[in-house]
Amino acid sequence: MQIQAEERGWLRLRNAFSTLMENRNFLGFLLVIPAEAILFIFLAYPFILGLWLGFTDTVIGRKGDFIGVGNYVSLLKDSTFWLVTYNTFLYTIVAVLFKAILGFVLAIILNRDFKAKGLVRAIILLPWIIPTALSAIVFWWLYDSTFSAISWSLIKMGLINHKIDFLGDPTNARISLIVANVWRGIPFFTIGLLAGLQTIDPTLYEAAAIDGAGSWKRFRRITLPLILPLLAVITTFSTIWTFGDFQLVWVITKGGPANATHLFGTLSFQRAIPGGHFGEGAAISNFILPILVLCVLISFKYLKRED
Amino acid sequence: MARVILENVSKYFNEVIAVKDFSLEIEDKEFVVFVGPSGCGKTTTLRMIAGLEEITKGNIYIGDRLINRIPAKDRDIAMVFQNYALYPHMTVYQNLAFSLEMRKLSKKEIDERVKEAADLLEISELLHRKPKQLSGGQRQRVAVGRTIVRKPQVFLFDEPLSNLDAKLRVQMRGELKKLHERLSSTIIYVTHDQVEAMTMGDRIVVMKDGLIQQVGKPLDLYFHPINKFVAGFIGSPTMNFIETELIGSENRLFVQADGFRLRIPEERSRNLQNHVGKKITLGIRPQDLSKASAPVEGETIEALVEIIEPIGNEIYLDVKAGRDSLIASVDPKTRVIPHQKILLQANLENIHLFDPDDEKALL
Repeated sequence: MQIQAEERGWLRLRNAFSTLMENRNFLGFLLVIPAEAILFIFLAYPFILGLWLGFTDTVIGRKGDFIGVGNYVSLLKDSTFWLVTYNTFLYTIVAVLFKAILGFVLAIILNRDFKAKGLVRAIILLPWIIPTALSAIVFWWLYDSTFSAISWSLIKMGLINHKIDFLGDPTNARISLIVANVWRGIPFFTIGLLAGLQTIDPTLYEAAAIDGAGSWKRFRRITLPLILPLLAVITTFSTIWTFGDFQLVWVITKGGPANATHLFGTLSFQRAIPGGHFGEGAAISNFILPILVLCVLISFKYLKRED
Repeated sequence: MARVILENVSKYFNEVIAVKDFSLEIEDKEFVVFVGPSGCGKTTTLRMIAGLEEITKGNIYIGDRLINRIPAKDRDIAMVFQNYALYPHMTVYQNLAFSLEMRKLSKKEIDERVKEAADLLEISELLHRKPKQLSGGQRQRVAVGRTIVRKPQVFLFDEPLSNLDAKLRVQMRGELKKLHERLSSTIIYVTHDQVEAMTMGDRIVVMKDGLIQQVGKPLDLYFHPINKFVAGFIGSPTMNFIETELIGSENRLFVQADGFRLRIPEERSRNLQNHVGKKITLGIRPQDLSKASAPVEGETIEALVEIIEPIGNEIYLDVKAGRDSLIASVDPKTRVIPHQKILLQANLENIHLFDPDDEKALL
């Protein structure tokens, strides 16, 4: 008797469980829990912690107190912070512009039919695949004041008579970093835009050719308007990454000379980790946030209009 | 408006021959249809005329101009594509105006021509819509409109109706024909649909494997196909082909099939003397088989009904006569049931005979 009752209880439980599993809402909730948990632990928690730290005076070894907008006020009075703001905008605008133009040109070239197309497309991806820290070290050597292969080649070709001080001069250092960033960022534009170009129906070009459009008009009136929404998204992504860049700068110049190449990311790191001022470092990072949100909003607004 | 002349036009894609020795003179204001199964070279020929495909060999003239080396935009042709190729980011108005803008017409003239074409095609209310807000039939009209604003010498249509549903296709068929009369222009029209070809073309060019099989008026192709391919391609349901033997002598010739024999009319037997005793392919259209009341030697076929397909204005019967399967198109009032025996009367005047080796028509 008792065994039977136990069995019945077990059966009821099983039925209840299977009914629950049939419920779309419950099952859906259950299935997203692992993903949500990972997102929370690795994204949301650090993000919120960062936000919070920006409003405290936390330093290494001491739990900070809430100080309101104290960090932000002192940063706005800090001339280094203003220089870094200028640097970051300059770096982002120039680098993204060149990446977009060169990436687009490359995508158009690769969209044509030629021999070994697959191989060339794979090679184009290399800068994107190589870990940034590695390629940054290579650039560091290329820009070295004594051992630079660039300087050496130019001297051998007789184009210059002394070694270029790539990283010692503020302007040179900025240009050098932008070049490295452009080199690394082009493949993202190229591959993204190439995929977009391939979705354009080739008969549109045939129709346009018959309609009397030459190759420039076909590009201007067919390709460009059709690729623009994609270009906007890719540019947004690239802007976000470039704005928050850290690795290239940290490996090549560490922000020097005389803070000429410090960006928000590197300054934030420098003040927070080696400098020990977590609160201030976090506050610098938080400055990036509204700008990036603005970027995303502009891009979304544009996308909506296209639809 | 102009004549289009193709002289021995050929197209090779590397080793593959797409079109071979295509020669044709298309008269001014003529509506010519290229028809054939997919891969027969009809679209490639059209694209060569359009300038979208290079000509490997031969010459093409539009009007008096040799256009082999003239780029598409200067050939004074307009084309409707199978998928319409409407510019998705432009409104209907902009789609229609595009070619005129490229030719630097004044804003006023562009506006007039666009509105005129829109009126003609009854798409005036759609001018501010984008292509994706249009139905298939409306897109089709816009695609046609885009060609007529240009007032080109030659219109090229590449399977323009194949993406429409059956009902709309019939309607657009009629409209395109009317449009042709109104514009009185030269039209070259490519399709794989023989009904479209028959109903629309002044002349039809039947193609297969890159070669022209026959050129002629629709009913000429229907009644006098020059080979088995044309006979089978034109007409629906397709012509019955039966392997037979020619027997008899002098003025009494018969084709002997497995389950029946048919007499060849006397006036048609003269040229067949050297084929007596040899294999011969009999071709008879389903419409030339009707229900007979009494057996007549050499004229009727005794068959077993297998499948009955009522269409409405006729009934298709799949029947078996001996080893051979036939389709007969009989009067809709005919009462038959499957597995019933039926007696079919052959219209001997309309039978076709083909050489089984080269498949050319005999008689």
